[in-house]
Amino acid sequence: MHKEFLMGNEAIALGALAAGVNLVAGYPGTPSTEVLETVAKRNPGNVYVEWSINEKAGMEVAAGAAYAGARTMVTMKQVGLNVASDPLMSLEYIGVKGGMVVLVADDPGPISSQTEQDTRTFGAFSKIPVFDPCSVKDAYEMIQDAFEVSEKYGTPVIFRATTRVDHGYEALEVKDPAEYRRNQPEGFVKDSSRWVIFPRLSVKNHALIEKRNVELADTFSAYSRNVIHKEKSGAGRKGIATQGANYGYVLDLTGDRDLRIMRIATPFPFPEKLALKFLKDLDEVLCVEELDPVIERALTYVCGKYGLSVKIRGKLTGDLPASGENSLEIVDGAIAGFLGEGKKRGETGAKEIGAKPPALPVRPPVLCAGCPHRASFYAVKMAMKGQKTIYCGDIGCYTLGNAQPLDMCDTCLCMGAGIGIAQGVFHTEPDTKCFAFVGDSTFFASGITGVINAFYNQADLTLVILDNSTTAMTGHQPHPGTGRTVMGQVVEKVSMEKVLKAIGLSVVLTVDPLDFKLSVETVKRVADMPGVKAIIFRSPCIALTKPAGRSEVDTGKCIGCGKCIRELGCPALILGEDGKKAKIDVSLCTGCTLCEQICPVGAISGGKKNDTVKEEN
Amino acid sequence: MNKNVILCGVGGQGTILASRLIAYAAMKKNLPIKTAETIGMAQRGGSVFSHLRIGEGANTPLIAKGEADLIIAFEPGEAVRQLPFLREGGAVVVSSRPVMPVSAMIGQASYDVAGMIDYLKQNASHLTLVDADRAARELGSAKTLNVVLLGAAIRSGELGLGEEEITEAIKERVPEKFWDLNLKSLSWSEK
Repeated sequence: MHKEFLMGNEAIALGALAAGVNLVAGYPGTPSTEVLETVAKRNPGNVYVEWSINEKAGMEVAAGAAYAGARTMVTMKQVGLNVASDPLMSLEYIGVKGGMVVLVADDPGPISSQTEQDTRTFGAFSKIPVFDPCSVKDAYEMIQDAFEVSEKYGTPVIFRATTRVDHGYEALEVKDPAEYRRNQPEGFVKDSSRWVIFPRLSVKNHALIEKRNVELADTFSAYSRNVIHKEKSGAGRKGIATQGANYGYVLDLTGDRDLRIMRIATPFPFPEKLALKFLKDLDEVLCVEELDPVIERALTYVCGKYGLSVKIRGKLTGDLPASGENSLEIVDGAIAGFLGEGKKRGETGAKEIGAKPPALPVRPPVLCAGCPHRASFYAVKMAMKGQKTIYCGDIGCYTLGNAQPLDMCDTCLCMGAGIGIAQGVFHTEPDTKCFAFVGDSTFFASGITGVINAFYNQADLTLVILDNSTTAMTGHQPHPGTGRTVMGQVVEKVSMEKVLKAIGLSVVLTVDPLDFKLSVETVKRVADMPGVKAIIFRSPCIALTKPAGRSEVDTGKCIGCGKCIRELGCPALILGEDGKKAKIDVSLCTGCTLCEQICPVGAISGGKKNDTVKEEN
Repeated sequence: MNKNVILCGVGGQGTILASRLIAYAAMKKNLPIKTAETIGMAQRGGSVFSHLRIGEGANTPLIAKGEADLIIAFEPGEAVRQLPFLREGGAVVVSSRPVMPVSAMIGQASYDVAGMIDYLKQNASHLTLVDADRAARELGSAKTLNVVLLGAAIRSGELGLGEEEITEAIKERVPEKFWDLNLKSLSWSEK
C-alpha cells in the first residue's frame, strides 16, 4: 500500500485495476473521462483499454469480454448510458461470467450536461444492482466490492458516481501493483442456451432476476457501507437518510446533533431490512439526496408496506429543491427547517458585507482564442446573410458557437441529433436552408446514421463537419479519425470523405476554415445545391498546436471601428488603453489570422498558424 | 491545524496547479486534505474555483459561506464573487489584473474593475492586492502568477503552510528548469 493524492476518477480507475480488471472501454463524457485515461496511464501492462466509437460499442465490447470470463469496465457519463442502454437492458437478462462494472457519472447542476437524470433509477428499470459512492476513498474501495458482487451473481452492476466524487481529490492509501488481483479469463465457452437471447430465455431469467434481487436486498442490508449512525436516537426521534456527496455535507452540518443518520450505498436493490431498522421509533425523516427522490420514495414505500407512521420528507415535500445541485447552503437550510432551528453555518461567522458589489462579470464559456470553429461559424454566417436558414448544432466545443456574437446554433439536443433535427425542419419547410454542424468525434459516434437517413430519405441538407482532429471538449481524446488510440498506437485513420462518398454524397469538400474568403465562397456555392452536401472544415484544435506567429494591431492603421471585437468575440481581442482601438492579448492569441482577414483596413498582421499537431504525451 | 482555502479565477489562469501545490505541501506535512475543483466547460473562459480543506474532520471538500480562512483570487471580479465565503477576519490575496469577459468586450455586459477593487478594499479587512503586471515585468514572465499569489498567501499567515513545504511541492511537481523562476516568484513582493 502507498499514499497518493487522487481525483475520484483516478481512485476509481486504480480500484478497478486492484480488482484485476482485464478490459476497459468507454466514450469520453464529463465527469467520467479521467477514469479510462487513468487506466491507460497506470496500465500494469496486461489491461486492454480502448476509447470506443460510442458508448453502445463500448458496452458491447465489455460484454463480450465478460462473456469470456474477463473482468471488464465500461465508462460513460449519464447521457452516454442512454446510448448504451439497448445492449445493457438485454445484457441483464443474459448475464455475465467475468465481473462487469458499468461506470456512469451523473452531473447534478447540471454543470456540463443536458439532463439531470439520476442513474440510480436506471437500476429499478433494468433490474441491475447500483452502487453509489460518497467520497474518493469510498469509491476506491467500493468498486472492488462491485466487481465481487457482479461476478458472484453473474450480473453487470452499475457504479454511479457524481461530479463531486469524480472530480473531488483526497489523499488516500492505495494498493501497489504487486497487490493487484490477477484475473485469468477462462475463455468463451459455447453454450447457445445461455448466451443467445430468445423470449423463452428472457422470461425464465426474468423470474430468476426478480428472485435474486430480493435476496440481494437482504445481503445489502448487511453491507458495511450501508450504515446507520447513532442507532440509539435520543428524544428528537428524527433521522436523516442520505447518499453520495450529500453524506459528507450532512455529517459536516449535523456534527454532534442527536440525529439518526443512514447512508445508502446501494440504492438498488434497496436494503429494506436496514431501512426498517432505521425507521424504528422515528417520527420524521429528511432525505438529503441527488438527483431524484429515490431514497425518499423507497422509504415512503416501506412505510406504506409495513404501515409505519413515519413522516418522510425531502424533495417531494418541498424541503429540498426539485432541481439543481445540493449546495452546503441548501442542505443547511433544509436541515434547519427540518429541526425547526436556525442555520448552523453561514450566518454566524459570515462576513458582514456592507453595500452590494458592482455587477459581477458575466462569464459564459466561449470558444478559445484561435479556435477554428469560430472561423467556420463566421464564414457560414457571412455566406448565408439575409437568407432563411436554420443552424442545427450538436454536442461538443462547437456548441459554444451559440454564444454571442456568433449566435450560430439554433438547436442542440444530444449527440448527432442536429443532423436529424435539420431534416425534420426541412421536410416541414423546404424553403429553409438547413445546416447541420457536427464535430469530428460526434460524426463518428452518432452522425453517420443520420447522414444516411438524410440521403436515403432525400432531404436537402448542408452537413458541416467541424474537424479539429480531436475530441476536444472532454480533454482531447483520440477518435477513429485521428489515427491514434488511447494506448498510443498509430493506426489507419478512418476517412470522413470516403465514408460520405460511400454513402452516396456527390458533393464532399474539405476546406481550411481559416481561409476566410475560400470558406465563404464554398458555403455560398454549396448551400444552393440540392440533396445532401458536405463541407469538412478541417483545422487542428489550438490546444494541440503551437502558434508560429501571433497577431498584432497597428494602432496607426486601426480606425477603432470595433468590427473585429464585435463580430468575432475572440477572447484575445480586447480594447486598447484608449478604449476605442483594438488590442491583442498576446498570451491568448494563437495566430489564426481570422481577425486579420476581416479587418476592413488591414491593421492587423503577424499571425501565423501552425497545423502540426504536437506529439501527445 | 484546520484551514479552509478557496482559490478562484478564470478558466486557464492556473488555479488547478496552485491547488495541487497546496495539496502536495499539506501531504508532506501529513495533513489530511480534500479538494473540490471546477473543471470542464468552465475552463473556456468561465469562472472557476477550488475548495481546499486542510486538516482533520472534514467530511466533504466543500466550504460553507462564512467559513473560508483564505481566498486566493487570480482575478478581482472572481474575488468579489467568492467573498461571501470568507469568515470574519479572513484574508484575501488577489491579483489586480482583470480578465475581461467577451460579454463585456462586445458591449452586452459591464465590468467595472476599479469598482471591484474598491469594493474589496472596503469589505476585506485583511487584503493583499498583488500587482500582477509589475510582478510579470520584474520576474520576466507572466506565467507564474499562481506561485506569486501562493507566496502572498503564505505571508498572509492564513494558509497554514510555509515557504518550505510549498518549495518542496514545487520541486516535486514542476520541471527543474523552471525551479529558479518559480522560487523567485514565491518570494516576490512589492518591496
